Amino acid sequence: MATMRMREALNAGLREEMERDETVFMMGEDIGVFGGAFKVTEGLMDQFGEARVRDTPISENTIVGTGVGAAMAGMRPIVELMTVNFALLALDQIINHAAAIPYMFNGQVRVPLVVRMPGGGGQQLGPTHSHSFEAMYLQVPGLLVACPSTPADGKALLKASIRDDNPVIFIEHETLYGVRGEVPDDGDHVLRFGEAAIRREGSDVTVIGILKMAHEAERAAKTLADDHGVEAEVIDPRTLRPLDLDTILASVRKTNRAVIVEEGWPHGGVGANLAALIQEQAFDDLDAPIQRVTGADVPMPYSKRLEQSAIPHPEHIVSAVMETMEGAR
Amino acid sequence: MADDSSKGDGQAPAGVVDTSRGADLPDAETCRELLRQMALIRRFEEEAGRQYQRAKAGGFLHLAIGEEATIVGTTSVMEDRDYLIGTYRTHGHAIARGTDPKNVMAELFGREDGTARGRGGSMHIFDGERRFMGGYGIVGGNLPIAAGLALASDLKGTDEVTVCMFGDGASNTGNFGETMNLAALWSLPIVFLVENNLYGMGTSIERHSAVTDLSHKAEGLGVPGERVDGMDVVAMRECVAEHLRTAREDRRPTLVEAFTYRYRGHSAADPEVYREKEEVEEWRQKDPIESFARRLEGEGIIDAAHLDGLREEVEKQVLECVEFADASPEPPLDSLYDNLYVVEEEGEGWYAVDERTPDPFRGEREREAAEKERVMGLHEAGASYGGQSQRSDGGSGDGPADDAQEDEEGRTDAERDSEDEGDGEPDED
Repeated sequence: MATMRMREALNAGLREEMERDETVFMMGEDIGVFGGAFKVTEGLMDQFGEARVRDTPISENTIVGTGVGAAMAGMRPIVELMTVNFALLALDQIINHAAAIPYMFNGQVRVPLVVRMPGGGGQQLGPTHSHSFEAMYLQVPGLLVACPSTPADGKALLKASIRDDNPVIFIEHETLYGVRGEVPDDGDHVLRFGEAAIRREGSDVTVIGILKMAHEAERAAKTLADDHGVEAEVIDPRTLRPLDLDTILASVRKTNRAVIVEEGWPHGGVGANLAALIQEQAFDDLDAPIQRVTGADVPMPYSKRLEQSAIPHPEHIVSAVMETMEGAR
Repeated sequence: MADDSSKGDGQAPAGVVDTSRGADLPDAETCRELLRQMALIRRFEEEAGRQYQRAKAGGFLHLAIGEEATIVGTTSVMEDRDYLIGTYRTHGHAIARGTDPKNVMAELFGREDGTARGRGGSMHIFDGERRFMGGYGIVGGNLPIAAGLALASDLKGTDEVTVCMFGDGASNTGNFGETMNLAALWSLPIVFLVENNLYGMGTSIERHSAVTDLSHKAEGLGVPGERVDGMDVVAMRECVAEHLRTAREDRRPTLVEAFTYRYRGHSAADPEVYREKEEVEEWRQKDPIESFARRLEGEGIIDAAHLDGLREEVEKQVLECVEFADASPEPPLDSLYDNLYVVEEEGEGWYAVDERTPDPFRGEREREAAEKERVMGLHEAGASYGGQSQRSDGGSGDGPADDAQEDEEGRTDAERDSEDEGDGEPDED
């Protein structure tokens, strides 16, 4: 085990996979000479050269499409898009092509492509650089969707994504790049898609949080235990497609309450989807309506005060949990 | 009805489509093969149109009748190891690449033996084995993918070339500009080939592109171009061969603008208000197959008997395609999730689990049973249908599904025929 920041763990994952497999290569805006907008790819061009770490023009749809074509021809491209908002320019290639091609050509060809993109608010980047689009990708059949919250998961999931033969949307959170954590040294440690992590065990309520909200959920759980005597079980799904619904349902069957936390918008969100799945399959186990804690239903504002008010905090989670607990004591 | 100002002049620039046919003929055997492939594609497309009107093929159907020389001229000078990628009008491209036309027809029919087992349909023909890397339904969507194929060839150190064909309409998409820049920047071995049939769906090139000389449209992005008569299979071969050489040896992209013309509408449901019948007739005089056959006759390479034999051969082959497609089973409903994901260890459908139930397959068997019941119902009701959809044999034909005379939108054959009135192409032969 070594202690690493998220960006170092991701960097190590990229480096190890490029060393392991020469069909792996990277494309993205400012990933080479500049080292990446968030420095995730720092040093990789020096090690692997310009052929395998390719700075691209600002042409998101074409970069992703080039990744699709290279993947179809037997390579394992990793495309970095500078933010999830910029990735919107590449949705045609992601949805109409990467996700559809294996199916619409009946498996004659594979698309082992990883598209990495950071998202999330909290750095005053305003209404075109700060959003959370996990829910949009999770809707698309043909894609895998990863959203790691710890350095260990980041590295292990990224390695799994690169080795997977399916197109993967790999979502990182801009405010988690500096988070430290223990990371296994084993170069072959990969995480399977569809395995949630139980971050904290508890018996009173299940709190499900993704990306930065997995951390906020843990903070809220501590407050709940310390100040309210409520034991929350905190689950981080880690991948949204496939989703480890079994772990979530088992927890809900134990606690009989569920709160889902995400930074994205409320309508059609991760929480909306998960709440529907839980009530479809565990309705009789629920003692209270499922609560969702989401980002505010607005484009992300710039002002620090407004931005912070648009992002969920542990206080919101505590209050949502206490609402589900009403009548329980 | 659109007035004249909404129509283009429907002409290739003077001197480009050259009826003098200057390019030297290849050897006799090659000539006969070029003619055979073009005739096969022509007859296949005509039959596809007919089967569409009979509701055997569904969805959209885009025919390349008139564009055969552009297709065959290109594929006939490509190597097996080269990649070809095209648009939603690529039945002929696959056939020219060597795909069995039976499987293409079966795909149009949405059947199990189709090139994609009925997943893709007419717009998404694919044959990985022959490096036909697909038809694509999004205009311009194939350009970045072509860049990726070519990049992979370069990274693997091969001398493979990618030929990327697209229409004049695609030259207005962002992908065109982005991909030309990237291909030139990275010196990718691609021949971009714009099949300029003078219309982006129903909008003439004068009305959709500020620069109508498409051969120059990518020049400012680093990709030089050349114009060629796409109605002349020999001129096409010469031109594309030279561009393939540039890509293969110099490892850089170029653009070919081939002037061609589709006699049929954009799709089979196009009333063609945007052009005159005379314009179509004028282009028919430059028919790539007729003119090539005349030239070969003049040179003594073929005679009338050869032409008769060829006509018979492709007629037989295409009718066999229809028989084959018709006999091919419908894809089973429990194959609905097949190949959505590549699943190595967990078995079929692990990623494809619809989370609403724990089963990988959600109600397919039930739906299959219900579908049978519905079709049986139609079958029985068949006797009470009025008009031409009534079967004289009382519906005791070759299987219930074949007896349903309405297509999925509930249009009858008669309605569909009337939608195609503007087509101007009688189903003779």
